[in-house]
Amino acid sequence: MEDYIKITKNGLWNNNQALVALLGLCPLLAVTSNIVNAIGLGLATTFVLVASNTTISIFRHYIRKEIRIPVFVLLIASFVTIVELVMQSYFYDLYLILGIFVPLIVTNCAILGRAEAFASKNSWDKSLLDGLMMGVGFSIVLVILGAMRELIGSGTLFDQSALLLGDLGSTLSVTVFTDYQGTLMAVLPPGAFIGLGLIVAIKNLIDQKLSQKSV
Amino acid sequence: MATKFDSTSQMMRQAIYALALGIGAAYIFFGWGIVLQIVLAVITAITVESVFLKIRKMPITSAIGDGSAVLTAVLLAISIPSIAPWWVAVVGVSFAIIFGKQLYGGLGNNPFNPAMLGYAFLLISYPLQMTTWAGDFISFAQALDVVFNLSPADALSGATRLDEVKTQLSLGGVISELTLHSTAQAWVNMGFLLGGLYLLARRVIFWQIPAAFLSGIVITAFLLSFGDSEHYLPAQNHLMLGGTMLGAFFIATDPVTASTTPKGRLIYGFLLGMLIVIIRTFGNYPDGIAFAVLLMNITVPLIDYYTQPKVFGK
Repeated sequence: MEDYIKITKNGLWNNNQALVALLGLCPLLAVTSNIVNAIGLGLATTFVLVASNTTISIFRHYIRKEIRIPVFVLLIASFVTIVELVMQSYFYDLYLILGIFVPLIVTNCAILGRAEAFASKNSWDKSLLDGLMMGVGFSIVLVILGAMRELIGSGTLFDQSALLLGDLGSTLSVTVFTDYQGTLMAVLPPGAFIGLGLIVAIKNLIDQKLSQKSV
Repeated sequence: MATKFDSTSQMMRQAIYALALGIGAAYIFFGWGIVLQIVLAVITAITVESVFLKIRKMPITSAIGDGSAVLTAVLLAISIPSIAPWWVAVVGVSFAIIFGKQLYGGLGNNPFNPAMLGYAFLLISYPLQMTTWAGDFISFAQALDVVFNLSPADALSGATRLDEVKTQLSLGGVISELTLHSTAQAWVNMGFLLGGLYLLARRVIFWQIPAAFLSGIVITAFLLSFGDSEHYLPAQNHLMLGGTMLGAFFIATDPVTASTTPKGRLIYGFLLGMLIVIIRTFGNYPDGIAFAVLLMNITVPLIDYYTQPKVFGK
C-alpha cells in the first residue's frame, strides 16, 4: 500500500513530469493557450501513458533489452494512433486545433521516460497507477498553465468548451474580465515560457517552505 | 578612457538630465502626454522596485537610490505613445522591472535592457494602443482625459512618419512622391542627439557604441537606397525619424547589457544599427530599435568573449 501512495505522490508532485523532470515541454508550451486545448492534450497524453505503461509492464519479460526502445516506441505509437483516430471521429474541431501535437505525443519524452524508468521494471498494477498519476500530474500543469494564459491573454476561462463537451460546453465559458482587450503576449510562445517558469518557481517555493517546516 | 563618474547613481542621474532636451522637444510638439507618462512610469517603477526588493529581503533605499529603475521608467515612458491609456505605462514598467531586472537578480545581472523588454512586451501585447501616436499639441486637460478617462484618442491621433512611409510603400508608393520629413521628430531627435553629446563630453558613455550605431544605420540604409532609391528610405531620414538618436545614445549604451570591450562596442553598435534598418524596412512593426536591442543583447557574451583585449606583455 505504501508503494502505491508513494507512486501517487511522485506522479502528482515530487517527480511531476512537467515541473520537476521538465519533460514533454514541446506540447506543454505549444498548446496551452487556453484551458480546453490543455484538457484535450492532457487527456490524450494520460490515456497513452496509462496504456503504454500497462502494456510494456505486462510484456516486460518478453522484450529483449537490446531492442527495447524501438519496441516501446512502436507500442506508444500504436496507442497514439488510437487516440488520434478517436479524436478525429468524435472531437474533430479540437483535433484540428491540436493539429500536429496529437501525433507528436509519440515523441513526448515523459511517456518513453516512464516506460524505460518505471514500466520496464515494475508489475503491471504499479505501472498502471504510475502512468495514471504521471499523466494526471502533467495534465494538471497543462490546465493551470492554460488557465493562466487564457485569463491573462483574453480574459476568459473555458472558452470554446463546446469543442470538448458539445452543447453542454457552451454554457461553461466564463468571461472573467468584460471589456478586456487582452494581453496578446500571454497567448504567444513567450507567455508559455514565462508562465511555466512561474509555476516551477511557485512549486519550488512551496517545497522550500515545507522542508523548512519539517526541520 | 575611464568614466569620470564612479557610482552608478551619478551615471544614471547624468543620463536622466541629458534626456531633458529631447523630452522638452517632445513636449513642445506633442504636449502634456509625455509628462504624464513619465510621472506614471516613475511612480510605478519606484513602487514595483520597492515591493520586489522587500520580497527579496534586500535593502530598499540603496537599490532605489541607484536611479536605474527611474532611468528605465523614463526611457520606456518616452518610447511609448504619449496618448496611451495609463495602464500601458504601468503594465510596461512593471514588466520591465519585474521580468527584465528583478527576476534575473537585480541591476547588473539582467541580460536584456529592461526598458526595451518592457517596450517589446507592450508592442506585442497591445499593438493598437502602442501604434496610436499624438498628432498635434495636446493640452494638460486633454492629456488627462485621454490617459485616464480612456476616451478614444482618435481625434488627436496620427501614425508616425516611419509608419506612414512604410504603409505607403507597401501600397505601391514611391519615395520621391512621399513626405519623408517630420519636423517634430527631427527636433526630438536633435534634442536626444545634443543630450547624447553632453553625456559623451561628461564621459558617462563611451563613443564607440553611438558612433558605430549611427554608421550601421547610415551604411545599411545607404546600401539599400543605393540599390533601389524609389523603394527604400534614404539614410538621412532614418537618422531623424523614430527613436534613432534616443537609441544610439541612451538605449544602446546601457552599461549592463551592452558589450564591454572597446572592439566589442564597435561590433555591437554597428550590428545594432544594421538590424534596426533591416527590421524597420522589412519587419511588420513601425520601429525596430527594441527588437534589435534585445537580439543584440543575447550576442553580447559572445562578442565580449572574442574581443577580449590582449593582456599586456603576452
